[in-house]
Amino acid sequence: MIPAKFDYVKPGSVAEAAQALADGGEDAKVIAGGQSLLPLLRLRLSFPDVLVDVGGIDELRGVTDAGDSLLIGARTTHYQVVHDPLIAEHCGLLAAAAATVADPAVRHRGTLGGSLAHGDPAGDLPAVVLALDGTMVARSARGEREIPAAEFFVDYLTTALAADEILTGVRVPKLGPGWGYRYEKFHRTAQAWAIVGVAALVRRSDGHVAEARIGLTNMGSVPVRASAAEAAAAGVEATAAALTAAARSASDGTQPPSDLHGAPDYRRHLARVLTGRALVAAAGA
Amino acid sequence: MTQINVTVDGVSYVDDVEPRLLLVHYLRDVLGKTGTPIGCDTSNCGACTVLMDGVSVKSCSVLAVQADGTEITTIEGLANGEWHPLQKAFHEEHALQCGYCTPGMILASADLLRDNPNPTDEQIREGLEGNLCRCTGYEHIVRAVRRAAQAGAGQ
Amino acid sequence: MTVTAEPAAELGRPRRRKEDARLVTGQTSWTDNLSLPGMLHLAFLRSPYAHARITSVDVSAARQVPGVVAAFSGADFAAEQGSLPCAWPVTPDIVIPDHPPMATEEVRYVGEAVAVVVARDRYTAADALAAIDVNYEPLEPVLDMRTALDESSPKVHEAGNKSFEWTFANGDVDAAFSGAPVVIERNYRQQRLIPSAMEPRSVLASSVGGDVTLWSATQIPHVLRVMLALVTGIPEQSIRVIAPDVGGGFGSKLQVTAEEVLAILIARKLGRPVKWTESRSEGNMTVHHGRDQWQRIRIAADSDGRVRGLSVDLLADMGAYLMLVTPGVPLLGAFMYPAIYKMDAYSFRCTGVFTTKMPTDAYRGAGRPEATFAIERIMDELAAELGMDPLELRERNWIKHEEFPFTSIAGLTYDSGNYEAATARAKELFDYDGLRAEQAERNARGDSVRLGIGVSTFTEMCGLAPSRVLGSLAYGAGGWEHASIRMLPTGKVEVVTGSSAHGQGHETAWSQIVADQLGVPFEDIRVLHGDTQISPKGMDTYGSRSLTVGGMALVGACDKVIAKAKVIASAMLEAPPESVRFAGGKFSVGGGKEISIQEIALATFAAHNLPDGVEPSLDSDATYDPDNFSYPHGTHLCAAEVDTETGMVKIRTYVAVDDVGKVVNPLIVDGQVHGGIAQGIGQALYEEAVYDEAGNLLTTTLADYLIPSAADVPSYVTDRTETPAANALGVKGVGEAGTIASTPAVVNAVVDALRPLGVRDVPMPCTPERVWRAIESASGAAAGSNGGAA
Repeated sequence: MIPAKFDYVKPGSVAEAAQALADGGEDAKVIAGGQSLLPLLRLRLSFPDVLVDVGGIDELRGVTDAGDSLLIGARTTHYQVVHDPLIAEHCGLLAAAAATVADPAVRHRGTLGGSLAHGDPAGDLPAVVLALDGTMVARSARGEREIPAAEFFVDYLTTALAADEILTGVRVPKLGPGWGYRYEKFHRTAQAWAIVGVAALVRRSDGHVAEARIGLTNMGSVPVRASAAEAAAAGVEATAAALTAAARSASDGTQPPSDLHGAPDYRRHLARVLTGRALVAAAGA
Repeated sequence: MTQINVTVDGVSYVDDVEPRLLLVHYLRDVLGKTGTPIGCDTSNCGACTVLMDGVSVKSCSVLAVQADGTEITTIEGLANGEWHPLQKAFHEEHALQCGYCTPGMILASADLLRDNPNPTDEQIREGLEGNLCRCTGYEHIVRAVRRAAQAGAGQ
Repeated sequence: MTVTAEPAAELGRPRRRKEDARLVTGQTSWTDNLSLPGMLHLAFLRSPYAHARITSVDVSAARQVPGVVAAFSGADFAAEQGSLPCAWPVTPDIVIPDHPPMATEEVRYVGEAVAVVVARDRYTAADALAAIDVNYEPLEPVLDMRTALDESSPKVHEAGNKSFEWTFANGDVDAAFSGAPVVIERNYRQQRLIPSAMEPRSVLASSVGGDVTLWSATQIPHVLRVMLALVTGIPEQSIRVIAPDVGGGFGSKLQVTAEEVLAILIARKLGRPVKWTESRSEGNMTVHHGRDQWQRIRIAADSDGRVRGLSVDLLADMGAYLMLVTPGVPLLGAFMYPAIYKMDAYSFRCTGVFTTKMPTDAYRGAGRPEATFAIERIMDELAAELGMDPLELRERNWIKHEEFPFTSIAGLTYDSGNYEAATARAKELFDYDGLRAEQAERNARGDSVRLGIGVSTFTEMCGLAPSRVLGSLAYGAGGWEHASIRMLPTGKVEVVTGSSAHGQGHETAWSQIVADQLGVPFEDIRVLHGDTQISPKGMDTYGSRSLTVGGMALVGACDKVIAKAKVIASAMLEAPPESVRFAGGKFSVGGGKEISIQEIALATFAAHNLPDGVEPSLDSDATYDPDNFSYPHGTHLCAAEVDTETGMVKIRTYVAVDDVGKVVNPLIVDGQVHGGIAQGIGQALYEEAVYDEAGNLLTTTLADYLIPSAADVPSYVTDRTETPAANALGVKGVGEAGTIASTPAVVNAVVDALRPLGVRDVPMPCTPERVWRAIESASGAAAGSNGGAA
């Protein structure tokens, strides 16, 4: 199928992009790799008046060591995330999850920022950044602000970004020693979307779980934290039995969607099972 | 209209295109390079896979304007005097039947071997997860990629 | 005397395909690759309603869009579009509703065409659709064939929702069932499938001086030409149909489509060529679907496992209209339920039901996979009921090798078979006993990932079809195939086949057959097909018929060439015809006197010294009508691991031992089996066309209609036994075998894994959710009572 007509601008800097968004109003849309947007345009499910192509802005690309955190440019592709040494060293969960996004060709084009700004709760990376306690860096002609992941995902395909704001990067705190992680993606075919995904981070100390953080993919209209399971896991002995038991509350408070691939009760069940597996793997139990 | 400058299979082109023109339609309808087919609307099937600056992309999910300044290799430009080792291997192992997925499958395989010159069968299968074939059941495709790897296609 | 070595036989050689040179280099002629001067592009506006009355269509605004050349609604075609054909009126009182290519008064499925835009490019055509104004008065959809026959159901057509009822019975079914120690009844669901050939449909039509040429991504250029003449009234001699390179069909391109007819009518109206290529989402809605049946199957057996009788009652969803062979598909299955088993009695009934969905029609196997699934599933259930090993139960009932030829209770005469040999080989390759031991061990320790072993011992009827049989089933055409051979002056050979390939490798396999028959080099042969002007006669490619019917036509044509050449050879060698021997491409009379068929071709072309009364041509035609189907068979074994916590199924080992008779090209045979297995796995685990309560198709993209990738299917272990068929080449068909065999093998494995947990069935596709629910409901039932069916 064929996209409807739109205007196109290709700014050379973030400032120009922000200006273009401000000029474009509500019907302007940023395109980075286009891997989420192009199918929507082709199916005529999205009708922007103007596309602001950030593909030429090199400052949006790459990973910077910012001391306690990494600052990852929004235009960094999934492929780059998978292969970046800083990410591997300090927040390997992100690389592990990015490696499960779609397929290699999509990972060459698709970007971390695009995937977060798209705000699809079925996407793998929103829940991961939520579990990592990441922060989004947004710029507009009005200035720059940082938005914690917990406040960024507002509703289905809706984020806290204002119409004139561009996501420039993601700040992810470095995981110190003792952290283990796992992204458990459950899907029907290799390139299918996650029915449920679980991003788990566990810090071990003296054979116990000092801290657990769990992000859930596709368990609501936004990515969510499994707070009850996090609390249940904290302090328990790092054994399979104890972590599996803690995971029983992983679906508490979730309102998962119902679609062709799973009804809500099945998704809740999966969230519990997969959280158990993810915690066990993350804890090395 | 937006002007783009693209090199396709070694030939450079300058064209004015509508921003919404898909790269695959640019290749097929503007340049007449019909070796790259279209199989779906959602970037699932991979039939339209080409190499953009050396890495695989699905040309149905790239705008022609996004390809400005890049170098594209399609199935038509893969052979260099003689068939590429993957083209030979697909032929030798009978890795195609109707052949509709074949251009994309071969270019996705080229990218796979660039990334990992000696993949296991499992890595081949995972590396081709974004390319669907309805004829072969994939068995011979996996063998062909293995054969091409042994012939040094990824070196 | 010189002794020349016979050239190696081509039959059985793994020749690399001639087709590949264009396919691996991007030089393929897909229909959408073609352009003609002045060509325009079509875009169709389609119904968003499953069922509605069209109250008005206004295309005038679309006509004003810059770049739009024309726009039409159904009313514009009313006088000439006719009704899309159904060639298989299976009963005398069948209801065949009128099926206009473009709807004029009522729409009956989502996606039915209501208007069309003709524009200078495809982008403009797509945009202009938004300018068309259609008003509908929505009517109630009919979505469930199980309630569609109720009095209270809304009607798809005025004549009601029943199209036909077709029955068959042989033997005393009542006697077989009454007093049988074991009777099992099951209801199986054959979900609706979308064939999903990788190449979307595409048509290009041109009309010059009253002569129409249609390029179409079709499996059936010959049948299509006849049907287009009948539908449109354009004289047959003025229609040329070309199927260029076609990117897979699997039955979906065995059709006469609305778009083909309309493209011709539009090209004729405008005097300019027009092209249309569907998008995947358009195709998922409007390429005919496959399967979609409810199967009630009952089996009666003695306590030692001997099958006494079988009774099958089908509901088959026709969709909104009857297309080319829609009603015939379930009937092809009717003859296959008894499969490889002996029994005393069999009855079959099928009711064809209309719903407001895309019509169903042939999809790989067409009726036979459905039948094989049901019998192989219930054989496993019977084995479980009797506490027998499923292979033991099958062997107890199957036709023994020494009993062939054998007439089945369904009236088919199986010419050959060796189920013992195929099964023995499959068990060995599979390590059947070892896997059973592992399964028992894992069951004993309550492993959360269970191992299941699925069995499918299948046969199929293929090589469609003896024309007399088709006639007796009220099919509208014959089942023969045509071939011609042209001997070129330089000694090369052109082979023309009526069997139009779309991925099967005819150009290679046919070259091998002709090379052996005529003794000419494989490389010297060119195979032509797919253009009614080049190949004027044919019945095309479906039903695993190409080799068993088309291949035999080739043999007949070669025989005629040899007979003609022999007369000339006799004159040139100055020896009586009866003393001339033909072998390895040479005619010889002993004493070292010989002449090659190529030399004779040249002499015939020159025609200087031909005997009196001999025509200067070696060319020949042959049309072959089989007197029986062919019956490939085999044993497929599947080991699946089922994660009982998530419901995920993973196939661990898949062994297929097929008996397709003599093999022309083992590479091509393996490829057909592999691809067939993958499609069967697709039905078992992944694929289903889903409509919502309003009749909207939910699975319009490949993100929702999941077909397996390389990462989702196992590596297959394949082998063959070879029991030649009773035809001159000894060949059987192979195109559908894998699909027919694999679906029950996989589902039997899933159910076998879960049987200890009380599960008796998992509806297809066996998605993780469905597997999980089956376990949940079985454990719930077990808690409440004493085990039970899921």
